[in-house]
Amino acid sequence: MECILGIRFNDFILLAADTIDSRSIVVMKHDVDKFFPLSKNLLMAVCGESGDTTQFSEYIAKNVHLYKMKNDYELSPRASANFTRRMLADSLRSRERYNVNLLMAGYDEVEKKAELYYMDYLASMMELPYCAHGYGSYFVLGCLDAYYKPGKLPSGVV
Amino acid sequence: MGSAKYDRAITVFSPDGHLFQVEYAQEAVKKGSTAVGVRGKTCVVLGVEKKSVAKLQEERTVRKICLLDNHVVMAFAGLTADARILINRARVECQSHKLTVEDPVTLEYITRYIAELKQRYTQSNGRRPFGISCLIGGFDFDGTPRLYQTEPSGTFHEWKANATGRSAKTVREFLEKYYSPEETDTEEKTVKLAIRALLEVVQSGGKNLELAIMRHGQPLQMMDVERIDEYVKEVEKEKEEEAEKKKKK
Repeated sequence: MECILGIRFNDFILLAADTIDSRSIVVMKHDVDKFFPLSKNLLMAVCGESGDTTQFSEYIAKNVHLYKMKNDYELSPRASANFTRRMLADSLRSRERYNVNLLMAGYDEVEKKAELYYMDYLASMMELPYCAHGYGSYFVLGCLDAYYKPGKLPSGVV
Repeated sequence: MGSAKYDRAITVFSPDGHLFQVEYAQEAVKKGSTAVGVRGKTCVVLGVEKKSVAKLQEERTVRKICLLDNHVVMAFAGLTADARILINRARVECQSHKLTVEDPVTLEYITRYIAELKQRYTQSNGRRPFGISCLIGGFDFDGTPRLYQTEPSGTFHEWKANATGRSAKTVREFLEKYYSPEETDTEEKTVKLAIRALLEVVQSGGKNLELAIMRHGQPLQMMDVERIDEYVKEVEKEKEEEAEKKKKK
């Protein structure tokens, strides 16, 4: 399964994703863009079932934009994340669930801090300093556990 | 009067072919504060008469120029509450269109949507028509500026410049006299023309006007009061000079 990971620092968040779309041994596409910007201050990285990922992300993005049109100001990262989680939860026990795992990174202009949200296809959500989806998480989380510091980029970390 | 029997329910025609409720809705529009729209070569300008607010009222809650999407702006005349409903539906439709076809709406599409919505309410049981006339302006994604007007009956037309609301006829006659492609080839000229048109029927002064400028590929700009005052002063000066010239002749 594809890997996406995110690390939160004091004023910014790093999101990384692979660019492979594959089914078992067949690589169907190796230039996939898994990032979906929701607004000037919000970025979402999505992995999971092909098709669901695009449909769900575009739906969230357009709804976030609609809120801005209607209310003249943007949804905060926390509100957008909770809205996304609500959409995932509603779809979970309905006709067909959205099989997507995602990381949402946002900078809150009002609170002046960066926030990184981890969400999976079962609609669980957590605001975390670092997180990852996919097989890559098995390797990366241990590394981050040992070396993560919010204040600066540790040298030599890829 | 014969009309008394035919103006109760909206779905009933009168013997001479009128839908009285729709015509009464148009009367409601004529009571609303004036709105004017001018399509220039590089921008679309919408201006409205700002009704004076009560002393204790917060001014910023009165909004007559509304953004429907990044590239579509709307001004209206008539019942503000009706407008709010239409604006909400139009905003959702703008995003829905983007979601399904991946392209932003064209001005014609969203105007047609609003017009169809209005028409539906002239042909349903138990509902009354929307009492507003909308001026919808903006740029299609190929860069063409457009200005449309919709009426309570559900008709819509494209205009080079138009006005609606109180004294719309006076403003439209002024625009018919003074509008030309040369008068609107720069942004400044277009703005001036819109202000001059509005000043025909509105008390002069920056705080009585609200002006919005839509440019291609840029967010909507609401002009601030100082700039409007500057333009108003220029327009008044030009008017005085013209009046003096006529006297000398």
